[in-house]
Amino acid sequence: MNGAQDLGGAHGFGPVVPEPDEPVFHAAWERRVFAMALAMGYTGAWNLDGSRAARESLPPAEYLASSYYAIWLKALEKQVAATGLATPAEMAAGRATEPAQPVARTLNRDGLEERFRAGFPSSRATDAPARFALGDAVLARNIHPTTHTRLPRYVRGKRGRIVRVDGTFVFPDTNAYQAGESPVWLYTVAFTAQDLWGESGDPGGTVTVAAFEPYLEPA
Amino acid sequence: MSHDHAEHDHADHDHAHHDHAHHDHAHHGSELSPVEARVRALESLLTEKGYVDPAALDALVELYETKVGPHLGARVVARAWLDPAFRSRLLTEATPAIAELGIGGRGGEHMVVVENTPEMHNLVVCTLCSCYPWPVLGLPPVWYKAPPYRARAVIDPRGVLAEFGVTLPETTRITVWDSTAETRYMVLPMRPAGTEGFSEEALAALVTRDCMIGTGLATALPVEPAEMPL
Repeated sequence: MNGAQDLGGAHGFGPVVPEPDEPVFHAAWERRVFAMALAMGYTGAWNLDGSRAARESLPPAEYLASSYYAIWLKALEKQVAATGLATPAEMAAGRATEPAQPVARTLNRDGLEERFRAGFPSSRATDAPARFALGDAVLARNIHPTTHTRLPRYVRGKRGRIVRVDGTFVFPDTNAYQAGESPVWLYTVAFTAQDLWGESGDPGGTVTVAAFEPYLEPA
Repeated sequence: MSHDHAEHDHADHDHAHHDHAHHDHAHHGSELSPVEARVRALESLLTEKGYVDPAALDALVELYETKVGPHLGARVVARAWLDPAFRSRLLTEATPAIAELGIGGRGGEHMVVVENTPEMHNLVVCTLCSCYPWPVLGLPPVWYKAPPYRARAVIDPRGVLAEFGVTLPETTRITVWDSTAETRYMVLPMRPAGTEGFSEEALAALVTRDCMIGTGLATALPVEPAEMPL
């Protein structure tokens, strides 16, 4: 969706302000939101793409005015309600009035570190042949889905070149809505800075995105 | 928390409309801010329903606050500086190479390592959210997740680098890697001059988080002199 999350190339946000000796979390509640988001994701009630979709579909003004973990919190509450795991009234009260719903699994302390150090790969096998090869010229399609997508606006309609064939992966655009992992080929596509930004592009500069095959067509 | 809770059923209602309302309650020593109350209520509920286990939440926080961090990526970089065969594996198939050091996991299942040279500097961003190679760098800093960096890294990388105190020669080209899929990028910085004969540990102490994002350069000055292995 063309939401506030799609920030590449936007002006007016001011300088980058690194914080010296920055802590991992800035408040105790951030720790709990971080951990709850991961643990609820682990239940299988939704997936990472669904979480991204929930975060970026906050109203743009709210998205931009919210701190990072506030965005996570609002999206988490939205996902809990949307999946029927709890009602907004229960969340406001902090007490259950409805029975719990079954979830596929819950995260326990035992083995947790090993589980997270092993990871959750999103590569998936598919029989489909790759449509593009290393070095191919491609066009990023000029698409504007109102739903979740990972093709940033600043490359849409631009010509690039395949610089890596990454393999086959879960397709976020369908997976976000539990509509299937629909594995597709993923490519790293390089665009020249001046193709993206015209004369203001950094001379000799390149920007790459990781683009799923449905985002691309031959150029 | 049951006692606090009764008070907050009223407070939260007001706070939903007035973010500053909690200042009015500052005289209550145990008062939670609106967001604290909201998060506590959510955790209580999800725990009561059996969806989350607070001990598991504690373990997740501990893992990402105290165990996983840029010191792990620094080990990868130091090894690559010392071992050409490892460096070659790292640059061609990063995930298994990093796993050789026992490093890997969530947010780094599909790693790509890109090498800085005098001709090419690499910079990593996620314009759409906050994708970042957790197993080697830990959780991202606020600036990495915030709009200024996400907006400008792709359109004005030299301007962004200048804000980090990095000025590259005009002859050094820049490639910006936008993390738009589950591929996660780490920059292999150039080994600083004057580090001949350094041990792997001494080299790792030169490797900052920022130089593995591409917003910094490794220098021969250790990151934290007090922790420099002697």
